[in-house]
Amino acid sequence: MELNDHEEALRGDHVLQYPYRRATGPILGRFFTEIRDHGRLLGMKTAAGKVLCPPVEVDPDTLEDLSVDDLVEVGPAGCVTSWTWLREPRPGNPLERPFAWALIRLDGADSALLHAVDAGSESAMRTGMRVVPRFCDERSGGIRDIACFVPED
Amino acid sequence: MADAQKPVTYIKTPIAIHYDYSIGTGSSTFMRAIREGRILGSRCPDTGKVYVPPRLSSVETASPMSELVELPDRGVVYTYCIVNIKFYDQVLEIPYAYAYIVLDGADSAIMHLIQECSVEEMRPGMRVQAVWKDPSEWTESLENIRYFKPTGEADLPIDTIMNQIRKKSYA
Amino acid sequence: MREVAIIAFGQTPNRRKELHRNDAEMVAPVVAEVLKGVGLSRRDVDFTCSGSSDFLAGYSFSWVMAIDALGAWPPIQESHVEGEAAWALYEAWVKMLCQEEIEVALVYGFGRQSMSSPREVMVLMNDPYLETPLWPDTISQAALQARALLDAGLCTERDFAEIAVRNLRHAESNPLAQLSGRPDPDALLETPTIASPLRKHDCPPITDGACAVLLAAGDRARELCNRPAWIRGLAHRIDVQALGRRDLTHSHSARLAAEAAGAIGTRVDIAELHAPFTPQDWILQRELEITEGTVINPSGGIHQGNPMMGAGLVRFGEVAARIIRGEADRGVAHATQGPCLQQNMVGVLEGE
Repeated sequence: MELNDHEEALRGDHVLQYPYRRATGPILGRFFTEIRDHGRLLGMKTAAGKVLCPPVEVDPDTLEDLSVDDLVEVGPAGCVTSWTWLREPRPGNPLERPFAWALIRLDGADSALLHAVDAGSESAMRTGMRVVPRFCDERSGGIRDIACFVPED
Repeated sequence: MADAQKPVTYIKTPIAIHYDYSIGTGSSTFMRAIREGRILGSRCPDTGKVYVPPRLSSVETASPMSELVELPDRGVVYTYCIVNIKFYDQVLEIPYAYAYIVLDGADSAIMHLIQECSVEEMRPGMRVQAVWKDPSEWTESLENIRYFKPTGEADLPIDTIMNQIRKKSYA
Repeated sequence: MREVAIIAFGQTPNRRKELHRNDAEMVAPVVAEVLKGVGLSRRDVDFTCSGSSDFLAGYSFSWVMAIDALGAWPPIQESHVEGEAAWALYEAWVKMLCQEEIEVALVYGFGRQSMSSPREVMVLMNDPYLETPLWPDTISQAALQARALLDAGLCTERDFAEIAVRNLRHAESNPLAQLSGRPDPDALLETPTIASPLRKHDCPPITDGACAVLLAAGDRARELCNRPAWIRGLAHRIDVQALGRRDLTHSHSARLAAEAAGAIGTRVDIAELHAPFTPQDWILQRELEITEGTVINPSGGIHQGNPMMGAGLVRFGEVAARIIRGEADRGVAHATQGPCLQQNMVGVLEGE
């Protein structure tokens, strides 16, 4: 009897699943709490006076720990700094119809947040356009409490 | 709407990645044979060691292996553990034993369940025999063997067997 | 500083799906080939390092099973990077610089991305709190970078298509290429976008494969190889992960790595760029200051085959192979991982 690889190997469905329960720490914890309870978005003010949203825990310039006391309100509206139109949404995406991914710089922030924009069509998307968040009715504390962003009008 | 709740301190981010998983040639050869009730190993051309399941190249010498060897469904317990924890859909009563079994003629061990043996009687060197499911239930799976049970024969000196296996290693 | 060279390179033919072999079985013949090519046996290898991903493989400690391909008896000195194998090359190189007794090192990479959906699996590299829960697939993320280039007036979609065309044309001389040919750029631009502005030709193919290189030091390299590809410089740098905190028209880490490796302002014959997406090729040309005389991706680059977790190591292997064969004297190799050129390794290789 000879061992050889002439025949195709056997295949089967396999799922790798992990539950993952991730501690947020105080800063992301406050960020998500504000979204969940008040529909407010917060950014982190750094020593250099920049406001980063989503917030960060460590000052990118001084490497000092930042504090929840340095969180400031941003948005809720913002402007699109880059975008892409996804004609076929993928499993787990925020929307089940074609939508845009966008980097959104919320008013008052110096960095951008990644999220979906429910613009209806690719022709409605433009770098520089203004968008506002649409929050979920049921919120559990997390980035998906923002269902998506929509064009401001 | 959100009510006054405790502040967020954690988020749940489950993942589930799906694979169309291909097991490769060595394991496929093993699985196809066990579907027919046969246990196969492959022999290293340098050391003569027989590995179960078969592999395309020798674990110790990297030489391609092409010779298949059929093994009996009986062997000797090399080592074992007593399980006291129930797993998610486990139907066995705890405690139970899992063992590394060196099949007669093999130079590597396979792992399987031991039943029809109280955990107090578990010991290295115990002769065991496979108990199969009904052939109508056989698939490409080691679960065609339900478990191994003691044969009642005299123990074999497993440390002597293992030393003989070790001596074959390419040194 | 101790001289270290790449003396051999091997890879599996790039194919859409590996139907017969598992990871160890894919790696075994490639390792055997590189050793045999220089007349060495596995016992002559002093240190081994590999690169692969458990998430791509579908189970934890997947790289341990691949060690079955090496004949690790007596026990070997070995390490692993959970990621692109070019970083395994880096580890082996650093070790050889520091440890005189390591004269020969084996580095290999492998992956069978076809088993899962790499567009999603690689999203596990994004921020687990803020980005991964939305599952922004890898093509969409690269598209955000492409859009930034268009918005800045730096590139057009045709520029992206021309990069794909160049790679596929070069791939015609690569016997192991999965894809090659001479498509018309205008015809490519007629195809639908996947994540605008990116189209299929802008994206990497799905490829299963394994690759390996051998490193040797000083006179040992000269004994084993007529013309070793000396590593004159090797460096890597990493950008902040969040896309919203970077200027996506740049890859600062690629620039810094290139400077540290001595790749800037130096003449090179060839450059192998690990640019999974066409706009990234454009960015890398700018950051590495690739000049007109340099042939980019003579192998066909990523567009002819993307054996993920080994594709970056292949870039180093392709440059080295051409130096060893006397087809080039000096080359730059680049490898990347992380979203939108977040982490970059640049090396300068040279023949004597």
